[in-house]
Amino acid sequence: MLTVEGLVKRFGGFTAVNNVSFRVEQGEILGLIGPNGSGKSTIFNMLSGTLIPTAGSILFNGAEIAGHAPHRIINGGIGRTFQIPRPFHRLSIFENVALAGYYGQGRHSRARADEAAERALAMVGLPTDRHASVDGLGAAGLKKLELAKALATGPKLLLADESLGGLDEHEMDQAADMLRKIRDELGITIIWVEHIMGVLMRVVDRVMVLDHGEKISEGLPSAVASDPRVIEVYLGTDADSSQAAAAEARRKAGV
Amino acid sequence: MNFRNAAWATGLVGLVALPFVYREPYHLHILVLILIWSFAYTAWSIMGRFGLVSLGHGGFMGVGAYVTALLWNHLGVSPWIGIPVSMVAAGMLALVVAYPCFRFRITGHYFVLVTLALSGIVLQVITATRDYTGGSLGYTPNRAPSGKGLMALQFDDKTTWYLIALGIWVLGLLIWRWVDRSMSRYAMEAISEDEDAAAAAGVNVTAEKLKITLISALMTALAGALYCQYQMFISPDTVSGIAVSLQMVFAVIVGGLYVSLGPTVGAVITILLAEVLRIGFGTKAVGWDNLVYGLLLVIFIIFLPKGILGSILDRLKTQPKPSGMK
Repeated sequence: MLTVEGLVKRFGGFTAVNNVSFRVEQGEILGLIGPNGSGKSTIFNMLSGTLIPTAGSILFNGAEIAGHAPHRIINGGIGRTFQIPRPFHRLSIFENVALAGYYGQGRHSRARADEAAERALAMVGLPTDRHASVDGLGAAGLKKLELAKALATGPKLLLADESLGGLDEHEMDQAADMLRKIRDELGITIIWVEHIMGVLMRVVDRVMVLDHGEKISEGLPSAVASDPRVIEVYLGTDADSSQAAAAEARRKAGV
Repeated sequence: MNFRNAAWATGLVGLVALPFVYREPYHLHILVLILIWSFAYTAWSIMGRFGLVSLGHGGFMGVGAYVTALLWNHLGVSPWIGIPVSMVAAGMLALVVAYPCFRFRITGHYFVLVTLALSGIVLQVITATRDYTGGSLGYTPNRAPSGKGLMALQFDDKTTWYLIALGIWVLGLLIWRWVDRSMSRYAMEAISEDEDAAAAAGVNVTAEKLKITLISALMTALAGALYCQYQMFISPDTVSGIAVSLQMVFAVIVGGLYVSLGPTVGAVITILLAEVLRIGFGTKAVGWDNLVYGLLLVIFIIFLPKGILGSILDRLKTQPKPSGMK
């Protein structure tokens, strides 16, 4: 579904993403992890058109989308959420989502936008009341709204950016289940960026690990969690000499 | 809602009937001015309400007025054709200035500065080409031969002008309402808050901003052309320039930026203020209106940011009616 080849992004002399290639298959949930500043969000921003890649190609269903404007990419079937929710405060919850339903799906009709909004809101479990204000939402509610906006654009591929930051454990589990439900019920392929490895490992099919803009590991969650290079990156120890660290990483990863 | 529609209909019938009942020319003249300027202010507020603060609208108004008048005087083109041509010219000017701004994300204060320059440039062009435009002395469209008034869009009686101005004013309100109820409003509200997030919702940010700017510029040029046809005299000070742009901002903020009749309330206040100063103090008060505008603008931005009408409507909405009233 998505084939990324040799993706590079430089900001001046700093290389944020260095020659990253990966594939995402139809219907899978790919986890994307890595420490702060490892280039996860930069990759997302290039996939969604917010940033223009310095080099490389992004093929989505066989078509090159690297460097396209965000609205074109969204309309082409890639939806995204932001790491920090970015709701529109001057619009109601429903209007926020209806906007995405209208502009994200080729501006068909208002009725279709409203319908998309109702479905997306019901999916994430927010009220479909037309006038409820965004200001009444807490952290978990804002994350749900962010997800509903992305869903309303009718994506085939969903880029979920660290959707769990700022949630408690129960809310985290709920949100993780939600992503799984979106994949299972709507058939939407998902790339999920997340800091909290435990929850992520439980839900994703495959994991890709980034460090300093480079891909250092990729594979099944269990394999990645015991990859010495990943452990080194996450725990900052020499993996060979520390079995304890490896065990700790596995425990943390929940595998 | 029905009550509201009925109120609108009654008000409109009353306004249409007015000049047939009441014929005091000076008062009708003031009303015509109020209606034309209301239309211009409404045009400004259509983009201004979304944070696209333009100080270039004096430029669009000047293009509307001068292009129409120049075509008539020099080429004998009827304003019926000249006005659309002038609107196209203002629209193209708007696109040429706005497209790079929106494409390269020139927003906020920087956008204001670019539009301010636009006002200045139009003013400079008018004064520099004084052989054609009369420069700062002003310009008068040629009188049409008798019997050709309709073709030249020149009418002597106030009633005709009053009805034209009323029609334009209603058109402005309808456009305002159309934008207000369209998905474009959602998109523009979203854009004014967060352009990246709006783009992530699928909004073509540049195109939406251009669309709203274009609508606003076309309307403003129409206002300028009609003002010219009505007054039969234009000068850079009255239809172009930075002072006119500032006057638009002032009137809309005083009246209310986010309500459809706000710009109209602003027009009533600014024009009555200017007239009172003119009549009360005569030539001693030349330029005083701008001084008062400036002072009031500061006071309003601090104490009544939603404007007079906006604040009144807010208060009516939030305060429950006393139980005795029905």
